[in-house]
Amino acid sequence: MVETFYEVMRRQGITRRSFLKYCSLTAASLGLGPAFVPKIAHAMETKPRTPVLWLHGLECTCCSESFIRSGHPLAKDAVLSMISLDYDDTIMTAAGHQAEAILEEVMTKYKGNYILAVEGNPPLNQEGMSCIIGGKPFLEQLKHVAKDCKAIISWGSCASWGCVQAAKPNPTQATPVHKVIHDKPIIKVPGCPPIAEVMTGVITYMLTFDRLPELDRQGRPKMFYGQRIHDKCYRRPHFDAGQFAEAWDDEGSRKGYCLYKMGCKGPTTYNACSTVRWNGGVSFPIQSGHGCIGCSEDGFWDKGSFYDRVTDIQQFGVEANADQIGGATLGVVGAAVAAHAAVSAIKQSRSKQSDVNDKQG
Amino acid sequence: MGAYETQGFKLDNSGKRIVVDPVTRIEGHMRVEVNLDTNNVIRNAVSTGTMWRGLEVILKGRDPRDAWAFTERICGVCTGTHALTSVRAVEDALGILIPENANSIRNIMQLTLQVHDHLVHFYHLHALDWVDVVSALSADPKKTSELAQSISSWPLSSPGYFRDIQNRLKKFVESGQLGPFMNGYWGNPAYKLPPEANLMAVTHYLEALDFQKEIVKIHTIYGGKNPHPNWLVGGVPCAINVHETGAVGAINMERLNLISHIIDRTIEFIDQVYIPDLLAIASFYKDWTYGGGLASKSVMSYGDIPDKANDYSAANLMMPRGAIINGDLSKVHEVDLRDPSQIQEFVDHSWFKYAGANDAAGKGLHPWDGETVAHYELGKNAKGTSTNIEQIDEGGKYSWIKAPRWKGHAMEVGPLARYIIGYVQNNPEFKEPVDRVLKKLDLPLPALFSTLGRTAARGLEASWAVHKMRYFQDKLVANIKAGDASTANIEKWDPSTWPKEAKGVGFTEAPRGALGHWIKIKEGRIDNYQCVVPTTWNGSPRDSKGQIGAFEASLMNTPMAKADQPLEILRTLHSFDPCLACSTHVMAPDGQEMTRVRVR
Repeated sequence: MVETFYEVMRRQGITRRSFLKYCSLTAASLGLGPAFVPKIAHAMETKPRTPVLWLHGLECTCCSESFIRSGHPLAKDAVLSMISLDYDDTIMTAAGHQAEAILEEVMTKYKGNYILAVEGNPPLNQEGMSCIIGGKPFLEQLKHVAKDCKAIISWGSCASWGCVQAAKPNPTQATPVHKVIHDKPIIKVPGCPPIAEVMTGVITYMLTFDRLPELDRQGRPKMFYGQRIHDKCYRRPHFDAGQFAEAWDDEGSRKGYCLYKMGCKGPTTYNACSTVRWNGGVSFPIQSGHGCIGCSEDGFWDKGSFYDRVTDIQQFGVEANADQIGGATLGVVGAAVAAHAAVSAIKQSRSKQSDVNDKQG
Repeated sequence: MGAYETQGFKLDNSGKRIVVDPVTRIEGHMRVEVNLDTNNVIRNAVSTGTMWRGLEVILKGRDPRDAWAFTERICGVCTGTHALTSVRAVEDALGILIPENANSIRNIMQLTLQVHDHLVHFYHLHALDWVDVVSALSADPKKTSELAQSISSWPLSSPGYFRDIQNRLKKFVESGQLGPFMNGYWGNPAYKLPPEANLMAVTHYLEALDFQKEIVKIHTIYGGKNPHPNWLVGGVPCAINVHETGAVGAINMERLNLISHIIDRTIEFIDQVYIPDLLAIASFYKDWTYGGGLASKSVMSYGDIPDKANDYSAANLMMPRGAIINGDLSKVHEVDLRDPSQIQEFVDHSWFKYAGANDAAGKGLHPWDGETVAHYELGKNAKGTSTNIEQIDEGGKYSWIKAPRWKGHAMEVGPLARYIIGYVQNNPEFKEPVDRVLKKLDLPLPALFSTLGRTAARGLEASWAVHKMRYFQDKLVANIKAGDASTANIEKWDPSTWPKEAKGVGFTEAPRGALGHWIKIKEGRIDNYQCVVPTTWNGSPRDSKGQIGAFEASLMNTPMAKADQPLEILRTLHSFDPCLACSTHVMAPDGQEMTRVRVR
């Protein structure tokens, strides 16, 4: 059952031919001659599963719950065949000393070769003791395990930004991972929680291509966080046509019109919800009638009510991303969108008026 | 505290001390310490909530219509139940009535959570306390098939099927990379199942992992995502449109069909896999009667699942409501969440203090007047340092969980509490399944008051809940057919319609037990917000009278097969399905001095 890297690649639909090509490219990039290709292939074919140590700080466990919702790959296959999930408080059999011993064993045996996955974040107030693991501050465990890891995955908005416990006034001084660990590559996978298939997608990308995903300026994988929800929203044509839901359960809501006026944060939120969608592609917040609350954005709890309209919307093409958009034009664009919404409101009142006329007629 | 007696338990902390930290396979972080006598029997138990996040102060000053999203993040395992409790609290405060369809959809979502949470708990958090994975390797697949077919008509039961799973398991173990099964307590004499039952259970562990992701799609359809679906003060955010143009952007016939299909599949899985497995496993552990704790003494339920919208009286709630104290099963007391003398929280042994005149020993506060100031300090007999605890001193402050009491009593809440109350109220939906199970296992009623009873009640409740999902889905469709497509009441959406000051309480029965949110609103903003959650009740530390909470009581007098393997401790604690992020969300008001660790 120890599925090797090669078998995992095959399972992901990668052919033997592509696999060998990948090995020769690897050989070339390392400055090795063609003679080394079979050796690399052999290593890949027999390589053990990458150990993952999944630590939990201050959190709500929604990231773990999301992870086990993954439909492709199934969480079962990810855990049994792709990675070796050697430490994860939420599902591991062992507790107490037996659990702590696992960390030490894996850290020694796979020094520099394990992935540290962090769900939640460390608090700095109360001597760090508002999150205690094994009688000590979680911060200690985090730093200890980070020391010899290959890379860190910051699962969810807690590890990436701080999330709800870091909302003002952040009583425990809950602090995202990148602010306490400075010497390791960190991949932020924000969202409260992140989409299941995005989580398994990030992990399998690293295993399949043996590299870290390309990150944007904020440290998020570009492949999943490169575009705004609004850019790919199926309700976008209603926005462009000025057709909005104006109140809960009104005619616009029942017709699936744009939720911008209901406070939707889709225009300012970078995530894959409108494309990958949730729970096997069944739906996503906007499709089910509630605006996006922007849960993958830094500090989304402190940007006013979830029902306030966004006014800093950016009218750029779908290829624009956080790196390219400057702040200078925000005010102008915001005003333009507000005007756009106002026009649509007038249009709507006109059409309501004509409905009334029709009925009277 | 030395040796003393409380609630019928003789506590004695003189024996060998065992520490388990972290307690795993729970939500959040927890530590437990026990003292063993010379026969390795637990004579003292100390449970410590080891995390604290502080959502209540974060909520202060915010828009009450946003509160559901904050409180939902108290817990991602029981996702949605805090959100539902929150919108109910706000609606109670502002006098908002919700449409019938919204009530049906909310009930379906809450029941979906019950079923999902119970299923995942049984297989993925609890099963390994009863099931020995390594023993499954030596099972005969043919005999496993015979066993499976003798207890259920579930079709995945051929010898070849079990052989394939066993081979996959064997290869996994032979790889030497055991992942989540590493350092388990395999071979411990407290495991009682024959290899075939172990293989069947491990197989269903994997099947349940695949299946659970299907159940939550109901949240995704009505609430847009899971975990953490969306909710709405005044109703539900999803609109219904089954007849007209634009129906594809709302709850339409295809969406209703998908939900119906998922409910049917879930009924099959619960009734053909979960329940038969539960009974099969229980039949091998009939002699293991430990873990009752407070179950036979003091239990409480607020009730939930209103049949008709907006009526939260006991008669309209489909889940039982009431309290039993002092083991007197002849009387179910009425519980009033608004009465300041009934539910109170104490902090004598918690890492909090009350301000001013309230800072007195044995002082309890009703949640509407609740306050919480962090005060982390160890008792004078603790061993280690403040940032390297070797041993807790239960004589001092020792947990991030407060101690809630109902009329002064420590209470157990959760599925077992609900079933006991339903049973003594002669509610046939709760009494008959219990009688059936007891008869099948040939056990007397007192057997219910145990770790196993708690685990069995959870399974029965999952089955009850999934059938109620069918009831409410049918009710929803009938109401739409009768011409009512309404899902939200927006009369009081605008804060300008609200009174200057208001206060309310919302409650639910979360998977883990009675959950209440108390809110005060002032000039359109949250003035005070307090949550008293199931694991605060169950995981409560001692109070000023030395009364112990449900976790601590349940561990008392349990013999351990091996003192260095906390299998029995985990088994009983897991039977409560502890949720520590919930219990320790409470937060300090502004102003307290906080010691900050330095980040290097």
